[in-house]
Amino acid sequence: MTVQTFDFEKPILDLEKKVADARAKAEDGPPEAKQRLKRLERELEKTRVNIYANLKAWDRVLFARHPDRPRALDYIEAITTEFVELHGDRLFGDDKAVVCGTARFGGNPIVVVGQQKGRDTKENVTRNFGMMHPEGYRKALRVMRLAEKFRMPVLIFLDTPGAYPGLGAEERGQAEAIARNIQEMFNVKVPIICVVIGEGASGGALGVGLADRLLMMENAWYCVISPEGCAAILWRDGEENRPRAAEALKLTAADLMELKMIDEIVPEPLGGAHRFPQEAFEAVSRAVEKNLKELGAMEQSELMEARYAKYRQMGEFDEL
Amino acid sequence: MSWFRRPTPEYITINPPQQRERIGRHVWHKCEGCGTVLRRKEWENNWKVCPVCGEHDRITADERIRLLIDENSLEETNANLVSSDPLKFTDTKSYPDRIAAARQKTGRNDAVITGRATIGGVPVSLAIMDFAFMGGSMGSVVGEKIARAMELAIAEDRVCITLAATGGARMQEATFSLMQLPKTCLLCKRMQDTGTPFISILTDPSTAGIMASFASLGDIIIAEPGAYVGFAGKRVIEATIRQTLPPDFQTSEFVQEHGFIDLVVKRSDMRDALITLLRQIRHMEALPPEEDAAAPTPEQS
Repeated sequence: MTVQTFDFEKPILDLEKKVADARAKAEDGPPEAKQRLKRLERELEKTRVNIYANLKAWDRVLFARHPDRPRALDYIEAITTEFVELHGDRLFGDDKAVVCGTARFGGNPIVVVGQQKGRDTKENVTRNFGMMHPEGYRKALRVMRLAEKFRMPVLIFLDTPGAYPGLGAEERGQAEAIARNIQEMFNVKVPIICVVIGEGASGGALGVGLADRLLMMENAWYCVISPEGCAAILWRDGEENRPRAAEALKLTAADLMELKMIDEIVPEPLGGAHRFPQEAFEAVSRAVEKNLKELGAMEQSELMEARYAKYRQMGEFDEL
Repeated sequence: MSWFRRPTPEYITINPPQQRERIGRHVWHKCEGCGTVLRRKEWENNWKVCPVCGEHDRITADERIRLLIDENSLEETNANLVSSDPLKFTDTKSYPDRIAAARQKTGRNDAVITGRATIGGVPVSLAIMDFAFMGGSMGSVVGEKIARAMELAIAEDRVCITLAATGGARMQEATFSLMQLPKTCLLCKRMQDTGTPFISILTDPSTAGIMASFASLGDIIIAEPGAYVGFAGKRVIEATIRQTLPPDFQTSEFVQEHGFIDLVVKRSDMRDALITLLRQIRHMEALPPEEDAAAPTPEQS
């Protein structure tokens, strides 16, 4: 299997090749070869830590978009059981860019909502690259209302390059659907946990992104605009300013944690969730379990008040 | 074939076009809709609406206030809120520099004016956005002032009226800007819970983040004719679907036709429409139009 890699990973890949060679030679080889292998392995480990611990914002954006990164359905399959997908918004249609349904987490019933990107071109066309239409937001809201009715907590996976900018989306009220969802999610009286697993682009993510706990994968990004969009508008030119825009927008998990915009960073294995998905699943599962437990211990009124307070205080300004 | 190859004529430029346009601009206004040349004074007295084609040009937040509210009834609130540049954002210019320039230009601290006022004698809590201030973009200050205006409406049992004139989120505040969406939606929910009436007015332009939050959540949504109303930018959509969009796409009328706007009301009728609705909502007797002594004129009093 070949995994798409980026320029900044080159030193690691080179070393990985050397290690593989050395390992082949070390088998039944002289003690020097074994020593060489050990040395190379240590060097590889050091280089890995060095590079992956110091990723730039733009590098993480690339990671967040990696084609092999686990998608919402991968997480659902890995960390829940008995997933039953529920379809349709009862108004217009069934948006396949978002999957909704009931499942069990640690044996307990939950409602799951996940923005779903595809793995290949065909799947991406079906999933519309994870870009939702109004009917998707309305489906998600319908299912979240069921969660309240059935007293199940809601677990949401965010991964979208944005709400779909299309003719039909505008005709059917994309803005209204997002606004309505945000407002009505203040009305869903069960715990809501959101995990940004890849891209969290602006209103498109926020439309199913209101949460009592907002968790973010280490290499995910969340912002009001994509770095490309920002570079195009503010710098009036593209490519080389994208990394600058990514840096300026403070869109990484670490940045947002420091700014107190998110509640927790879910650590990823060195090299990213796409290289070692199993470890990523386990990390997400642990974080969700911990937060569900904490939220489950809260009274309903306490939970709702905390949610209001959390969003009411968002913003930074001075009073003269 | 030399007759075919015409020599390049040497033109004599009498007046560069930009310069020519400037001549008489204080006397004349050329309508952007139909090209008719109008007396500027008459056009301004008509609230910058073309009497020939009905083109509604953009007006300032101050003009909006004079247009809508009972004379001198505005009591401004929270004008002292200013942006604190939480991200230390710099693109080709630093964010504080951009703020300073916008302040200089508009004489305001940010892109929204909020306060108490009356319209046709009905107490309201107003939030009027100012497109001249960084494109009416919503950062922490705008979001906070709108949230407080809604809280004021709830606390003092006033009708909340917001007027959108905005390109969307304030990029320089990134996620802080994005989080103003849930903040204002939260207050919309509170207004719903407390039975506080909320009228949302959309003017040119009303797009993106503001439409994906409070502006789409009015009990009654009114737009000015021909205003650009939508979520995604027209060029982004065209690039995505690789089609040319119909000319009326994302206009007030288009959005009304699809069921997301209650009324499209001409600027000159907006105050009367508001008075009618407000007095109905508040179970007050109708106000005959001729008795509207507080009716404003564009001339600053």
